[in-house]
Amino acid sequence: MRLALILGAALLPLSLASVMIGAASVDWAHIASDPQAFLIVTVSRVPRTVAVILTGAALAVAGVVMQQIVRNRFVEPGTVGTAEGAALGLLAVTVLAPAAPIWAKMLVASLGALAATAIFLALIRRLPPREVLLVPLVGLVLAGVLQAGVTFIGWQTDLLQYVGIWLMTGEFSGVIAGRYELLWIAAAAAALAWFAADQFAILGLGEEAATGLGLNHRAVMRLGLLVVSVVTAMVVVSVGMVPFVGLVVPNIVARVMGDNLRASLPVVATGGAALVLACDLLARLVRYPYEVPVGTVLGILGSVLFLWLLHRAPARG
Amino acid sequence: MIRIDNVSHRIGTAPILQGIDLTLLPNSVTALIGPNGAGKSTLLNLIGRLIPLQEGRISVDGHDVTTTPSRQLAKVMAILGQTHHAGSRLRVRELVAFGRWPHHLGRPRPEDQAAVEAALVQFDLAGLAERFLDEVSGGQRQRAFLAMCIAQDTDWLLLDEPLNNLDMAHARALMARLHGLRSAGRGIVVVVHEVNYAAAWADHVVALKGGRVVAEGTPHQVLTPEVLGQLYDMEIRVTELDGRPLILHHV
Repeated sequence: MRLALILGAALLPLSLASVMIGAASVDWAHIASDPQAFLIVTVSRVPRTVAVILTGAALAVAGVVMQQIVRNRFVEPGTVGTAEGAALGLLAVTVLAPAAPIWAKMLVASLGALAATAIFLALIRRLPPREVLLVPLVGLVLAGVLQAGVTFIGWQTDLLQYVGIWLMTGEFSGVIAGRYELLWIAAAAAALAWFAADQFAILGLGEEAATGLGLNHRAVMRLGLLVVSVVTAMVVVSVGMVPFVGLVVPNIVARVMGDNLRASLPVVATGGAALVLACDLLARLVRYPYEVPVGTVLGILGSVLFLWLLHRAPARG
Repeated sequence: MIRIDNVSHRIGTAPILQGIDLTLLPNSVTALIGPNGAGKSTLLNLIGRLIPLQEGRISVDGHDVTTTPSRQLAKVMAILGQTHHAGSRLRVRELVAFGRWPHHLGRPRPEDQAAVEAALVQFDLAGLAERFLDEVSGGQRQRAFLAMCIAQDTDWLLLDEPLNNLDMAHARALMARLHGLRSAGRGIVVVVHEVNYAAAWADHVVALKGGRVVAEGTPHQVLTPEVLGQLYDMEIRVTELDGRPLILHHV
């Protein structure tokens, strides 16, 4: 409970700072009478802040869901090929049907993410359950293979620059009103996970225990797959993949609160939002008035946190 | 009543169970005994629909385990498998509370909470209720999973080697508890390795070997030097204590 309060309390000043800080200067004293400043705030700053919060919250929840369906703490959509699958789908639709409407691109990206995650799940079914670290390794290998495919196609079709934005460096500088609203779908998918929180928690006990309690194991797996794929695809389509959020936040929250998801999912969502918001602010400030991508900041911060987590929790699944 | 009709099971080409016909009665403790690899766990898991039935028919109180929705079966029988590695970081109380999930589907009522508290007390877990499962001992974790099954409050209880990891005191307390449930009209099916627990507490003993039923009946009928000797391929002395067989398998 304390963790929830701390994170909730951190989110408000972070959001305020996010609205205040940016390359353009805004005269807050005359905000109502200055149409230019008003425009900057309503079209750029507020949408950006909202986009960051939605992305962080949804990715953190997707991380939890993936960890429950895989029953392994060291995976997230960014490290098992889900994001690469979404990029592959997006690339395919961009190359084959460049004039397709945005909803079609979104759908194909989601299907790509779904297919990649399903392949990952099929691959790890054959792994011995005790080998906790093999699962994330297989994920990294699959993600690497898919990414190689994406890069090859991107190279051949001169779309490498897009690929870079989708997969390497998620960033929010391009967010303006009208260009981020897909993220609400990601948030809705994450909210769906909260309604099934008990079922995901029971799934984490293993197939036997879940079946014994009358849970439809496959149906819950499918729901989890859907949540993870939709969240990832929406994030990849609108701002590009933001790494490590889905890994670091759920692990820290589970350490403190455990895996009773009904109680912990809101905390995970708040924590994800706060982390990405803090990193986005950092990304805006380190080379002010220029920006570095938030994905780069999280890549550095997240990998350090991840190594620390691996070091602290060696053998637990 | 659990009816098992002509059930066979194989993994790959290896036969695990062959033509099993059994009727298990409510109001009794049934012990499944037999050497390693006899098919005891497979049979229990088939009854508990944890693995799909390949051949034959099984019904629990008239509910066919292959056609009845799993959620409905969860209100008829509770099953505890042999392996439950606590990958999840749940508190003991949260785990036990999941035993009530089939009844409330996410909206616990006061009676659900009362059942959870009662199960915690019965298994001597009240003081550990707020501890995480990965921070208690193996025996304590085993008791937490047992408490979850009891909290499920079903007419049938299927337990695969529930005595694993339990010390003598908790092992005997569990058997006494199962005996109490049986007297209250429940049916208990339990896989046991230590045949003396079957001798002391079971009403009905089923001996399996090589995927077939070798013998079944009361403890006195099954737990004899002849049957046990054939079952385990060793010479075993059996005496009697307080009207129950006492198997001296360790000497």
